[in-house]
Amino acid sequence: MLGQVHLKDHLFESRLITNRAILLLIIGGLLLSVLLVRLLYLQVVSHEHFTTLSEDNRVKLQPLPPNRGLIYDRNGILLAENLPSYRLEITPEEVDDMGATLSALENIIEIRDIDRSRFEKLLARKPRFEAIPLRFHMGDEEVARFSVNRHRFPGVDITAGLARHYPQGPLAVHALGYVGRIDEKALKVLDSSNYRGTSHVGKNGIEKTYEELLHGKVGLQQVETTAQGRIIRVLSRTPPVSGSNLYLTLDSHVQQVAEEAFGDFSGSAIAIDPNNGDILAFVSLPTYDPNPFVNGIDYDDYAALRNNDKEPLFNRALRGQYPPGSTVKPFMGLAGLETGVSNENSRTYCPGFYMLAGKDRKYRDWKRSGHGTVDLNIAITQSCDVYFYDLAQSMGIDRIHDYLQHFGFGRASGIDIQGELPGLLPSKEWKRSRRNQPWFPGETIITGIGQGFFLVTPIQLATATAALANGGHMLQPQIVHAEQEAETDDLLPHQPQRLETITINDQQHWDHVIAAMVDVVHSARGTARGIGKDSPYTIAGKTGTAQVFGLKQEEKYDAETIAEKLRDHALFIAFAPVDEPKIAVAIIVENGGGGGSVAAPIARAIMDAYLGKPSS
Amino acid sequence: MSITISPHREDASQHGWQYRLHVDAPLLFSLIAVSILGLIVLYSAGGGDIELVERQLVRLGIAYTSMLVVAQLPPRLLQRLTPWLFITGILFLLAVLVGGDVSGGAQRWLNLYIVRFQPSEMMKLAVPMMVAWYLADTRLPPNRWKLLASATLIAVPMLMIAKQPDLGTALLIASAGVFVVFLAGLQWRLLAFFSVLVTAAAPLIWHFMHDYQRQRVITMLNPESDPLGSGYHIIQSKIAIGSGGLFGKGWLNGTQSQLDFLPERSTDFIFAVLGEEFGFFGILLLFTFYSIIVIRGIMISIQAQDTFTRLLAGSLSMTFCVYFIVNTGMVTGLLPVVGLPLPMISYGGTSIVTLMAGFGILMSIQTHRKLLPT
Repeated sequence: MLGQVHLKDHLFESRLITNRAILLLIIGGLLLSVLLVRLLYLQVVSHEHFTTLSEDNRVKLQPLPPNRGLIYDRNGILLAENLPSYRLEITPEEVDDMGATLSALENIIEIRDIDRSRFEKLLARKPRFEAIPLRFHMGDEEVARFSVNRHRFPGVDITAGLARHYPQGPLAVHALGYVGRIDEKALKVLDSSNYRGTSHVGKNGIEKTYEELLHGKVGLQQVETTAQGRIIRVLSRTPPVSGSNLYLTLDSHVQQVAEEAFGDFSGSAIAIDPNNGDILAFVSLPTYDPNPFVNGIDYDDYAALRNNDKEPLFNRALRGQYPPGSTVKPFMGLAGLETGVSNENSRTYCPGFYMLAGKDRKYRDWKRSGHGTVDLNIAITQSCDVYFYDLAQSMGIDRIHDYLQHFGFGRASGIDIQGELPGLLPSKEWKRSRRNQPWFPGETIITGIGQGFFLVTPIQLATATAALANGGHMLQPQIVHAEQEAETDDLLPHQPQRLETITINDQQHWDHVIAAMVDVVHSARGTARGIGKDSPYTIAGKTGTAQVFGLKQEEKYDAETIAEKLRDHALFIAFAPVDEPKIAVAIIVENGGGGGSVAAPIARAIMDAYLGKPSS
Repeated sequence: MSITISPHREDASQHGWQYRLHVDAPLLFSLIAVSILGLIVLYSAGGGDIELVERQLVRLGIAYTSMLVVAQLPPRLLQRLTPWLFITGILFLLAVLVGGDVSGGAQRWLNLYIVRFQPSEMMKLAVPMMVAWYLADTRLPPNRWKLLASATLIAVPMLMIAKQPDLGTALLIASAGVFVVFLAGLQWRLLAFFSVLVTAAAPLIWHFMHDYQRQRVITMLNPESDPLGSGYHIIQSKIAIGSGGLFGKGWLNGTQSQLDFLPERSTDFIFAVLGEEFGFFGILLLFTFYSIIVIRGIMISIQAQDTFTRLLAGSLSMTFCVYFIVNTGMVTGLLPVVGLPLPMISYGGTSIVTLMAGFGILMSIQTHRKLLPT
C-alpha cells in the first residue's frame, strides 16, 4: 500500500516536473524570440542608421591649416617667415584635475598670466575633447623638461607647428604689421571654414591688408580615430594651399638707413620711386618689435608701449596728419603760375610781415627783417612767407583747393596698407559743410604757407612730390611689388596704377618751380644748402617748418616735456636726380626744429643709400 | 543508511565511452563550440592580445577540469553533501559581509590567504541544490509551509549577496532557486500571487537600490538622456550591433570595438563585438549552440531518475538560459545594465568555473543513471 502510494507519487511527480520543464523551455524560447526580434530591429531595420553613427564615431574631419605666405623686400631679403615652434596643449577630457595639472606644470615650464587667462577663456568655449593650447613658442629646454615629466601629465601634449617670426625685428614694422592670435572680434569677420585650424591672423599693416593672399586655403583630411581621438590612419586628404609669398617694393637697406638717420627723433619718412609709385622706405618712428605680439604680448610690455609719450604704436606715415608748412610752397608757386594768377617775374615786397587791406593783424614772415623784393625763385629758395601770403590772397582759397587737389592733398593716396587717413585740404565748401562756419580771408593767407586747417600725411606729401618729379603723373603708391603663388612659384607683378595726369599748361612753369627747388639745395642762400654742397647728384627739395600747437588733440599736457613738445616739426621734401628722378622723399621730424638742418640730412641719407647702389 | 554505488549497466552499443568518462557528448561538444567561438571573439575584443587569449585558455582549462571532476561524483553523493555545502556558503557570505575585501566598490571577495574567492559563486550551485534537496523528500507539489521554507532558503543568501552589493548574481541565484520551486509544482495561483507581490514591491525595491543601480534602470529606459555618462555603454553597444548588420564587418574589423568606442568589450559587452564583427548570423550561430545546451539540459532533467536530480538539472539549465538572455538583453538595450558576463565568452571571472561545475553536475546526473528496463 505504502509502496503503491510512493510509486504513484513518483510517476505524478515525474510528469509534473517534465511538464514544468517543457513549459520553462517554451518560455525561454519566447524570450529568445524577443531577443531575435530586437536583433533584427537593430541589425536589419536600423542597420543604416547605426552604420552612419558608427562612421561618425570612426571618421573625423581634420583641418590642415595652410602655411602663411612669406614676405620679402624688393631684393629678396626675408621680412616675415614661419619658424618651427612648439606649443603645449591640454585636452580637458583626459585631465582629471585641471587645477592640479596646471600648478604642477607651472613648476616645469613658465606659464604667464596671459597664457592662463587665454587658456581659461578657450576652456570655457571649446568642446572638452579638443586640445587647447596653453603655451606657445616653448624653448628647447622647456620642451626637454616637459618631455621627461610627460608621464605625469596625461592629456597634456607638445605639438610642433609653425609660428610667424619677423627676423628684422622692428624694421619697417608699421608697413609690415604683424599677426596675432585670432580673437573674438576677428572671428566674426573671418570665413570660419577657411580658418579652421588657423590660430593667427594679420592684425595690421601688410599682414592685415593682404591677409587673404597670405593665409592660403585650408586643407582637410578625413582620419580614422580612436574614441580617445588618436589618429589611426588617414582616409583621404585635400592638401592645404599655402598662402602666396609677397615681394615688397621696400628696400631693407634704405629703410634701415632712414630709420637710423632719425637718431632719437620721432617722425616719419616716405621714399617713393616717382616712375612707378613703389614705396622704397616706409618709416614711422619710434618703432617697436612685432615678435612679442605674435603670441600675445605681456600686459606690462603692452602698457609700456601704449603709455609711451612718443607713441610707438602710432603709424605716423599713414595716420599722422601734419601741417605741410613751407613744403607746400612749390605746389603753391606752380598753382599761381598754372592758373595765371602770377608769372615767373611777379614780385612781392617782403617787409617781414603781411597785412590784409583794412585789417590790423600782421601775418609774420619767419624772417623778422624781411626778404626785401622777392620773385618766385627767391620765395622758394629762401622760403619767403610774405610772397605766398600775397599769392594765396590773390588766388583765393577755392582756386588753391582746386589746383592742389590734383596732387592728391585731402584724399587718401590709396596705398595698399589699411588704415590711411585722408589729411585735409580746406575749402569754403568744406568749412561750411563740416564746421558750419563761413570762410575768413585770414585763413586763406596762412593756407598759402601750409598752416591753418591744411593737413597732410607723410605718404601724401611723398606722392605729391613724386608727381612734381615725374611731370604730373599721380601714381597710386604701392608697397607690394609682386605676389608669388605657392604652388606654381609664378611671380604676379603688381602693375603701377596711375590715378591722374595733371594737365600742364606750360612746361616752363614746372621747370621754373623745379629750378627753384634745386636752388633750395644747391644755391648759396638755399635753406637746405647744407646737404647740397657735396652731393654727387642734383637734388630738388623744399624745407618746411610746421607749428605744433593744436596739432594733435589727444595729446596730454605734460609739464616736463612741454618745451620739447612745443618745438616745431621739421619737414623736407625732395627728389633726385633732377634730370631723371629715381627717388622722391618726404620727411617729417616731430619737434625737430628747422627743416633744413634736421629733416634735409635724413633725406640726403636715404637718397645716398638708394642712389649710391647700382639701380635695381 | 549505507551508500552503495551500484555498478550501473552500460548502454552497451552507443554510449559506452560517455558513461565510462561520465561526460555527455551533446553538452560537451556544444560547450566546446561556444568556447572556441568565444576565444575567437575575445582575441578581437582584446585588440589582438594573444596573452589575453592564453590567460582565458588557462581559465577554460581549469573550468573544464572542474566540470570533469564534478561529473565523476555520483548524484547521491552530491545530494548528501548539499546541506554542508549550503551551510558553508552561508558562513562564507557572513564572513564576506563582516570582513571581505572591497573591490570595485562592492564587498564580494573572501581572502582565505591561499585563494581569494567569491562565496557568491559557490551559492550559484548551492542554492538550487539546497532547495532541490529540501523538496526532493516531500510530496509534490509542496504545501505552503514547504514553500515558505524554500523561500527562506532562497531569500537569505540572495539578500546577503544583494547587500554586497552584487545585484546580478543575487538575481541569478534567486532565479535558480525559484526554478526549482517552479519545477516542483508551484501552484499557478501562488505564482500569480507572488508576481503581483513583486510588482507591488517594485517601489520598495527601488527605494533600497543603490544610486548606480537606479541610474542603470533610468539609462535602460532612455539611454540618450546621458549619452556621455551612464548611457554611453548602451548607445555604443547598440551602434556596434546595429552597424554589424546581417553579416558583420568581419573579424578584427569592427570599428566600434577596435577603436575603443565600445566600453568593457572583452567582458560584459563582448556580445556587441560578436554582433559587430559577425553580424546577425554570427549571433544566430552562438544562440544555436546556447539553445542546444539548454535543451540538452532540460532533456537530462526529464530523463533523470529521482526528484532531486530532476529539479537540479532543470534549474541549472534554465539558469544558464537566464544567464545569456539577461546579458544579451542588457547589451542590446532591452534590460538594465546589471553586470553579468556573457557565459563562456566574456573574459575572466570565477564564474566560468562555477558554470562548468554546474555542467559537470548535469553530466553526472546523465551518466550515473541506472538504465531501467522499459
